[in-house]
Amino acid sequence: MMGDVATRAAAPRAMGVPGERGRFGDHGGRYVPESLVEACREVEEAFREAWADPGFRGELATLLAVHAGRPTPLTPAWRLSAELGVTLLLKREDLAHTGSHKINNVLGQALLAARMGRTRLIAETGAGQHGVATATAAALLGLEATVFMGERDVERQALNVFRMRMLGAEVVPVRAGTRTLKDATSEAMRHWVGVAGSAHYCVGSVIGPSPYPYMVREFQRVIGDEARRQCAAALPSAVPDHVVACVGGGSNAAGTFAGFADTPARLWGVEAEGGAGAALGRPGVLHGFRSLFLQDDDGQIREAHSIAAGLDYPGVGPEHAHLRDLGRARYVTVDDGEVTAAAVRLARAEGIVPALESAHAVAWVIRAAGSGELPAGSTVLLTLSGRGDKDVATLMEVL
Amino acid sequence: MNALETRLRARRDAGRKLLMPYVTGGITPDWTEYARAFAAAGADAIEIGVPFSDPTLDGVTIQEASHAALTRGATPRGVLAGLAGLADLDVPLVVSTYCNLVFRDGPWAFCAALREAGASGLIVPDLPVDEADEAADAAAGAGVDLALLASPATPAPRLAEISRRSRGFVYAVSLMGTTGTRSALGPAATALAGRITGLSDRPVLLGFGISTPGQAVEAARRADGVVVGAAIMRRVLAGARPDEIGAFLTAMREALDDPGA
Repeated sequence: MMGDVATRAAAPRAMGVPGERGRFGDHGGRYVPESLVEACREVEEAFREAWADPGFRGELATLLAVHAGRPTPLTPAWRLSAELGVTLLLKREDLAHTGSHKINNVLGQALLAARMGRTRLIAETGAGQHGVATATAAALLGLEATVFMGERDVERQALNVFRMRMLGAEVVPVRAGTRTLKDATSEAMRHWVGVAGSAHYCVGSVIGPSPYPYMVREFQRVIGDEARRQCAAALPSAVPDHVVACVGGGSNAAGTFAGFADTPARLWGVEAEGGAGAALGRPGVLHGFRSLFLQDDDGQIREAHSIAAGLDYPGVGPEHAHLRDLGRARYVTVDDGEVTAAAVRLARAEGIVPALESAHAVAWVIRAAGSGELPAGSTVLLTLSGRGDKDVATLMEVL
Repeated sequence: MNALETRLRARRDAGRKLLMPYVTGGITPDWTEYARAFAAAGADAIEIGVPFSDPTLDGVTIQEASHAALTRGATPRGVLAGLAGLADLDVPLVVSTYCNLVFRDGPWAFCAALREAGASGLIVPDLPVDEADEAADAAAGAGVDLALLASPATPAPRLAEISRRSRGFVYAVSLMGTTGTRSALGPAATALAGRITGLSDRPVLLGFGISTPGQAVEAARRADGVVVGAAIMRRVLAGARPDEIGAFLTAMREALDDPGA
């Protein structure tokens, strides 16, 4: 009995404030060029001060409500639940303004940037969702926006490129390396070095140097906090048995998990088979943080592959690496074929066309339902992080 | 004091301005010939880049050079093997690369491999002083000097810490930007060199954007010497042979030795 108490007291508290220098266990930190250390420190100081200020929180809550349409609903997936033999509840981030959860983080960072006196936002984007959200927040708050996007993604996501430009943002195609999210992130960091005094780097996921992984998780925890209350009203057990979200860098998952880290719910992160930093990566340092990355024996970063541009990232946020180390969350993978099948199945069973990123989470639930991992009769909360409009061209090619 | 810093101090104290040219390891099959040309042109140290897939502090030229070297099949092991063949040069060899390659097998193994290959210095641009403890211990254990970078944005107390903990020299980054040639040297460059020399007597090398003999002379007014990277690699990528790079550096050497000429 006493041993039990001691063990519990000694266990690290999952998803609290990170340790010194932004550490989540062995992961995180601030591995940036000296030229960016001061800029990161300023963001950290400004965020800690703003996050403790009820005025800032109130302003953000208002924007999330009147501009982004929060709270997003919790939708029971009636027919799919019946087919799978589990109770599946969907947290509808696809219904948030701009079509995904990305707006939650961006409104927070844009308000922070304005508070810091910055006049421009810099962002990287893969699928274009974070770029569109950044362009939107910039327009809303009267800031300029420059979005870096891999040339290959510019081709794959022409619709979002147009939306960003219509919102007044400058979209810069990145021709370096693999011409995807990884290279867009590198280019955004290079650009930031030169303009850190006037521009804020609005990182789109729970990645990057400290304080970004912590800050972005805090801005995204609105997903988990809302879902926790909605589950309490919707489920006799109040807390679902399982909480599932897709993971690229891992921001919608981190925000969702944050609402349930202190419950008995089992947490599942679903990665793309070809971009599974948490499931298949090895320890390393990239883009300012220590975490798990796909890499070869020499330490060269490997190219990620996914049908979902937003999951085409070779690493995972440092807190996910830590949750994996702790055993608090588990990370699993699905392949492109399962993902497109899941997108179609959700569309036909529930009338919801999910983003291909979000369809990863759906695909895993479909596969695991009834197995030992997700036994029949389980209650499952799944964060549907975005809507599938942007993926129609991709789906037309493969279906 | 290790070999690199001893050598640089001695030359600096003798009134010589220091010149450290850079080459991306593995950029051509005979890339070590560039290092030999550097030595013949009067280099005081030679920086050898071990190419990394995602060089986040490098501008287009070094990115392109890194990509080309990796495409040719360059590996850290291969570059270090090439370095070992330069032992006869009697010029200190300084390896530069990113954290992920240093940490892959751990900084102790990496620094031991550096020593084995005959390198006496290490530069890791994405390793700021706050994160450098383990690598600094590993480097010291292998007798390798871990040179830290300082930037124009570095505040005073932090600059003092960097100057104190850096080994070999302090790498002063001339501007708020990535590597690459620039048409002119900004005022922040010489100001930073002056701030560091006021804090420490460790040699200060100014780098980023130095591409002409005139810029080198201007930089060396306040700094103890210069690093020249992208200006060399731009020529190498355009097909310049080692003797042509040697001629370019000889002009820079002569300007540094006789700035009035």
